[in-house]
Amino acid sequence: MLLSSSIAGKVLMALAGLFLAVFLLVHLGINLLLLSSDGGRAFTAAAEFMATNPVIKIAEPVLFGGFLLHIFFGMMVSGQNRAARPVRYQESNSSETSFLSKYMFHTGIIVFLFLAMHLADFYLIKTGFIAPPEGIAQHDFYSRAMLLFSNRWYSFFYILSILVLGFHLNHAIQSAFQTLGLNHSRYTPALKLAGSAYAIVITVGFSLIPLWIAFIPLTRL
Amino acid sequence: MNFTLRIWRQKNAEAKGGMVSYSVSGVSADSSFFEMLDILNQQLVDEGAEPVCFDHDCREGICGTCSLYINGRPHGPVKGVTTCQLHMRSFADGETISIEPWRAKAFPIVRDLIVDRSALDRINQAGGYVSVNSGGVPDANSIPVRKADSDAAFDAAACIGCGACVAACANAAAMLFVGAKVSHLALLPQGKVEARERVLKMVECMDDLGFGGCSNTYACEAECPKGISVANIAMMNREFLSSAIRKEKSSPFTGGF
Repeated sequence: MLLSSSIAGKVLMALAGLFLAVFLLVHLGINLLLLSSDGGRAFTAAAEFMATNPVIKIAEPVLFGGFLLHIFFGMMVSGQNRAARPVRYQESNSSETSFLSKYMFHTGIIVFLFLAMHLADFYLIKTGFIAPPEGIAQHDFYSRAMLLFSNRWYSFFYILSILVLGFHLNHAIQSAFQTLGLNHSRYTPALKLAGSAYAIVITVGFSLIPLWIAFIPLTRL
Repeated sequence: MNFTLRIWRQKNAEAKGGMVSYSVSGVSADSSFFEMLDILNQQLVDEGAEPVCFDHDCREGICGTCSLYINGRPHGPVKGVTTCQLHMRSFADGETISIEPWRAKAFPIVRDLIVDRSALDRINQAGGYVSVNSGGVPDANSIPVRKADSDAAFDAAACIGCGACVAACANAAAMLFVGAKVSHLALLPQGKVEARERVLKMVECMDDLGFGGCSNTYACEAECPKGISVANIAMMNREFLSSAIRKEKSSPFTGGF
């Protein structure tokens, strides 16, 4: 009963999504350590802490579970939604809506592709599935990140993907609360602002790193 | 005023439909959208052609019978009105206007612009009622209701069941309609008694009929001729979750507590 309903699918997607949103903040916090001019000591220490801490070790499968849950229910809900209108309109809809709210599935796909590439670049090297590039140790995330961001094309696509993620997040936060049934005449407008602010922090924060590395070149390294 | 109309024509539920262009001229700016269509239909009858079929009844914006997806928007470009309350002064002279029926799996086309919206009635039959013998008219204020609750219930009860929310929704979801019915009854003491069962039954019926789910684009609220708020969808979600969890807990399978 609970799981087969349209609302339950949305609720699980929303809960997993909020969990991932919290994870992103932690991830950003660690990545921003790349900006400190200590040759990567702070960043490497944080990465090592994340790799060895037992609590994080337990959190890792939970995190993968969160991604799988969010993606699985996202696909399921999108499939049901498409099936609900088998014959489309001739004239495309021009109702007043925030433009990107209609494209959560599309932005989600792009974020997923980025995630796959990101996992290949870091996680699969860490776990030993993929050999690290020449001259970089398996657990040396710092040199790996610096090498990737020294490629302008990589940085460009990285920022582009983060931008798409930002659009996804901008609708996501208030949408998740609405799905969980939390809508209030006074707090919802504030929550919408907070959701957008969160999306901006994530987008600007993650984009800052490749820009920093591109424009404040390697003299400090 | 003169208009070019692109109208969806479809002989019956099984036939393949398509857009057909017509022109109407000499329309008064103050005629309603339906009066304009009446002019077109008179023209078609005079030519010996089949008139365009569309739903309409009260023509004063309260019955919920009229529909039409006009230029990509249910009930046309003006906010807060049904198609029957839309006037030709809201369009530019010489404009091409596209007119389509509501599109949803749960709203099969009957003919031309008429769709079968009895799916909404079936959702109501699943639980959108209060099953007590009400007896005579009770004295005013004999059951105390908070002003805020009665206002919110009244706002939700303004729904006329036209289906514009379904038509506007990217997912053909009926959640604004169901949310309005669920909230309206759950907010009042008379409806509260059956609130738990009601929301479960109505949501189940809605899913079975093939409506989509809400992805919070809020196109429904923007197009609702009665301005029903999406806060009602949140309330439905809340009611559904608490009822479903309680039901799971108290099912005989887990022992019941």
